[in-house]
Amino acid sequence: MSVPVEAYVIVAAILFFIGVVGVIARRNPLIQLMSIELLFNSANLALTTFARSWANNDGHIFAFLVITVAAAEAAIGLAIVVIVFRKTTFVDVDEVATLKG
Amino acid sequence: MIAFVLLSLAMIASALFTVTAKKPVYSVVGLLANFIALAITYLTLHAEFLAVMQIVVYSGAILILFVFVIALLSAGTKPFEPGPNRMPRALVPAVIFALIGFAAIVVTIGRSVFSPAPIAGATGEADVFGSVANFGTALFTRNLLPFEITAFVLMVAIIGVVLLAGDETPAARPPKRLAREPINPPREPIAR
Repeated sequence: MSVPVEAYVIVAAILFFIGVVGVIARRNPLIQLMSIELLFNSANLALTTFARSWANNDGHIFAFLVITVAAAEAAIGLAIVVIVFRKTTFVDVDEVATLKG
Repeated sequence: MIAFVLLSLAMIASALFTVTAKKPVYSVVGLLANFIALAITYLTLHAEFLAVMQIVVYSGAILILFVFVIALLSAGTKPFEPGPNRMPRALVPAVIFALIGFAAIVVTIGRSVFSPAPIAGATGEADVFGSVANFGTALFTRNLLPFEITAFVLMVAIIGVVLLAGDETPAARPPKRLAREPINPPREPIAR
């Protein structure tokens, strides 16, 4: 590898924490879901980097599973957004507090 | 090395655009750029199948789902406005938290020693590490059970989505006209 492993891992960490800021700071549920996709992708980048580092493709298998879980999560999250939006035309996830204890 | 720097800059810039964009549609565009750059990065890491999966599943399926939902929510009586964003108020603690986490990762990396294993063959050659044949062999021999669990996860997701966002709930439907027949009509005797 001409590029060191550390560089890939640091890029993955930067992407991960950009996604973390998006999940915490944004209040639009769609943008929050997209930030969660960023988190999944940065984890996949780290997994693929370490798979290359060890020349062992178990990391690829794991990244494949992560992609599957991300697809399921996006589908269910968007379904929840749709049904909540049907009842109340919210623009802010903080307004959806029906289940708050 | 040049490719890595360019791809990293593209990924970070598009991720920042995704997080800071005003409208969700702009975020989708930023996310698309991020996914494509990430797919090319996978190619530099000898992960051919994952690169293709990234384009097909993420850019092709998940982002289209996002676009459909945005279009669906915008099709109502009033447009789906982003609304007052509380981003400035929550931004400072979020950035502090992210910087602490990032510093922890950097410290951990600094203490680690990575010695990448050499690989015979380049990306795109057959039967080297990361080729599609290599990935498929690993997936369908040693990792067959995780693969089957993948199918189960997707099935659960499909059922959940249909239950959540499918047709309206039974209570909202107009009640059906009662059938004239009695519930348990007398059966004809079964010939023995």
